[in-house]
Amino acid sequence: MDLNITWFLLVFVLLGGYAILDGFDLGVGVLHLFAGDEFERRVHLNAIGPVWDGNEVWLLTGGGALFAAFPVVYATVFSGFYLALMLLLMALICRAVGIEFRGKVESLRWKRFWDMVFGISSLVAALLLGVAFGNILRGIPLDEQQNYAGTFFTLLNPLALLIGILSVALFTLHGALYLVMKSEGDLHERLRKWVPGLWVAVVALYAAATATTFFVSPFLFTGLLNQPLFWVFLLLVTWGMLSIPVASAANRGGLAFIGSSSLIGGIMGLSAVSLFPRLVPALGNLANSLDIRNAASTPRTLKVMLIIALIGMPLVIIYTAYIYRAFKGKVKLGHESY
Amino acid sequence: MDPVILSRIQFALTIGFHFLFPPLTIGLAWLLVVIEYIGWRRDQEVWRQAGRLFAKVLALTFAVGVATGIVMEFQFGTNWSRYSKFVGDIFGAPLAAEGVLTFFLESGFLGLYLFGRNRVSKGMHWFSILMVAVGATLSAFWILVANSWQQTPAGFVVQNGRAELASFYDAVFNASMWVRFLHTVTAAIVCGAFFLAGLSAYLLRKNAEDRMARRTLTLAVVVGLIFSILVAFPTGHDHAKQVARTQPEKFAAIEGLYTSQKAAPLVMFAYPLTKPPELKAKFEIKGLLSWMAFGDVNAHIPGIDQFPADEIPPLWLTFVSFHNMVLLGSLFIVIMAWAVIQRIREKIWTSRRFLLVLIWAIPFPLAACQLGWITAEVGRQPWIVYKLMKTADAVSVTVPAGQILFSIILFVVVYSALGSLYIYLLVRKMGHADQERLSSAVGQIA
Repeated sequence: MDLNITWFLLVFVLLGGYAILDGFDLGVGVLHLFAGDEFERRVHLNAIGPVWDGNEVWLLTGGGALFAAFPVVYATVFSGFYLALMLLLMALICRAVGIEFRGKVESLRWKRFWDMVFGISSLVAALLLGVAFGNILRGIPLDEQQNYAGTFFTLLNPLALLIGILSVALFTLHGALYLVMKSEGDLHERLRKWVPGLWVAVVALYAAATATTFFVSPFLFTGLLNQPLFWVFLLLVTWGMLSIPVASAANRGGLAFIGSSSLIGGIMGLSAVSLFPRLVPALGNLANSLDIRNAASTPRTLKVMLIIALIGMPLVIIYTAYIYRAFKGKVKLGHESY
Repeated sequence: MDPVILSRIQFALTIGFHFLFPPLTIGLAWLLVVIEYIGWRRDQEVWRQAGRLFAKVLALTFAVGVATGIVMEFQFGTNWSRYSKFVGDIFGAPLAAEGVLTFFLESGFLGLYLFGRNRVSKGMHWFSILMVAVGATLSAFWILVANSWQQTPAGFVVQNGRAELASFYDAVFNASMWVRFLHTVTAAIVCGAFFLAGLSAYLLRKNAEDRMARRTLTLAVVVGLIFSILVAFPTGHDHAKQVARTQPEKFAAIEGLYTSQKAAPLVMFAYPLTKPPELKAKFEIKGLLSWMAFGDVNAHIPGIDQFPADEIPPLWLTFVSFHNMVLLGSLFIVIMAWAVIQRIREKIWTSRRFLLVLIWAIPFPLAACQLGWITAEVGRQPWIVYKLMKTADAVSVTVPAGQILFSIILFVVVYSALGSLYIYLLVRKMGHADQERLSSAVGQIA
């Protein structure tokens, strides 16, 4: 298979993996703002405690893979999105230390402060990730030298903001389903009540975002129906959408979480199929777009990187699965908990 | 303001702050590998206690390291986009490899180590801290591969307006990679050993009979002495020899050799002036530099006067940072040697003053790491990739200076808060260590 296409897929696998995995712990962060009591907050933190850090590595590795495989995309997008990205980095920093610092001092004010830091930074991170992704789908202004030709305010357009809100809703739903799966008793029942409302919001926002994208970025939709993968991902999205309320009503927590995971994976897949072979469409002049050829590294580098990925990623998946298995089941608060 | 200067300030600030934590993590993780191993194999509660306590210190350190490390993964793109485009074909690969091969390993197993004590077997639990240590060390390997390539680039050709990979093997195993890796990792273990020694000393000052702290102090000073020697010789010495061969401008700058000469002297102490470059109050040993670098007291070493004016690094900063690093390194050997002697004489437990020295010594290996890093990076200037691309040509074209200034202010505010909180929580954790050991022992029984 063509190396450039393989790397296009791998970058989206990493970003999709990130969206599914860090998605639920970002969502838990958003829900943390609405937690009822200290017990619930501790369940939140301990549900994601052993895994959130590993989840975030998917973003780091996605960034590294982008640098190695498509350096022009890495350079152009990150420098173009400078302020937005700096805010995202701040949010991710605050979030990481918020989780870690919170339990270190037995003081209510201290804990409430870090609860707010953790919650708000999770919300901001989810929003900014969505806004950034929305801008890629809309296309960004690029000149002939493949440099960003817009400003910070170019990024604040209706489509991107809509997708930002969608990503907040989607991650919150995903996080709620994760917590439902990890909790029991009263808390479990209380968390389940979040699901229907969030689900309706996600469906509505997703429909609105798709319709808006159709008008703003019609190029994403050309020839889509002839792509077999489009149908696969559409099926995933549909199945995910429908299975969440059904599984949730039947109190099948694991199944509902798989539903929201395939919904997120499907959305990332649909985006990839629509963008292909472009990685970053150029707003207004598609000829300046960054694609899998003009933004890529040399075949030698892509090949070396592919070998590294083929050695590394199966191992990552094996031990990540092992670690999730070690922590499977309901959260039990103990001495080592947060 | 000039975006080049601003981006350099931001990079120095973010990498400098970040680089306080990985050495502690690497050092402490390896020490915990030993501590947990003894606790597991010899089934000794006192070692398990040490494992539980210092695991929490590791968690705190790791969290700040991760939080500040995220920035580094993205900053080449945000602030150095022309650099990223020019060298992405080579430089991106080690960063991606670091992610795939090491970040997952260390963060995944750290979760298992910290939260899984009662969920997995004892052997698996030990294996998880081993994987954290291995992952952190391999992570240092890959990032130092990337940095070494900037210092001594190899395995590439310039074509199509960029540096393209010609041989991955040559690019990875470039001239400075191994010595830099070994020097940095031994330095990290020195940091970890001083950290553990200082924290144990803190506990011993509160209670000289503390059995756990006695054991961890012993471990720390033995490891500390061995690695304080190793970081100077052979690794530091070999690193300097490599610089003399591959980056003569840097070598002349850090050694204060401003005129080319045979039988070059080793400057032990001096105060450097900048205009014109000159060393005041100099104490030097004739021929020693030539002998140390090239094994011949009469070897000719090129001085600063031999290089074009626009290709020499800042002289004052490189000289001062290098010499202070060496001074600190020598001091570490003295402190740790004295600690080992006092330990053998069983006097260390009650010499409160020396225990206080060990506590206050904690930041100094970190300072030495910073100074070494400044030596390496400032010494490479004006190049971002030695002889291939200048730093001034590497910055992003599209980022306005005002935005960089804004992000610098953000970093200063957030990092100051982070640093203060880290120290506050660390001190607090150690202050509550006794009480916590009691409650965790109860927790174990229950």
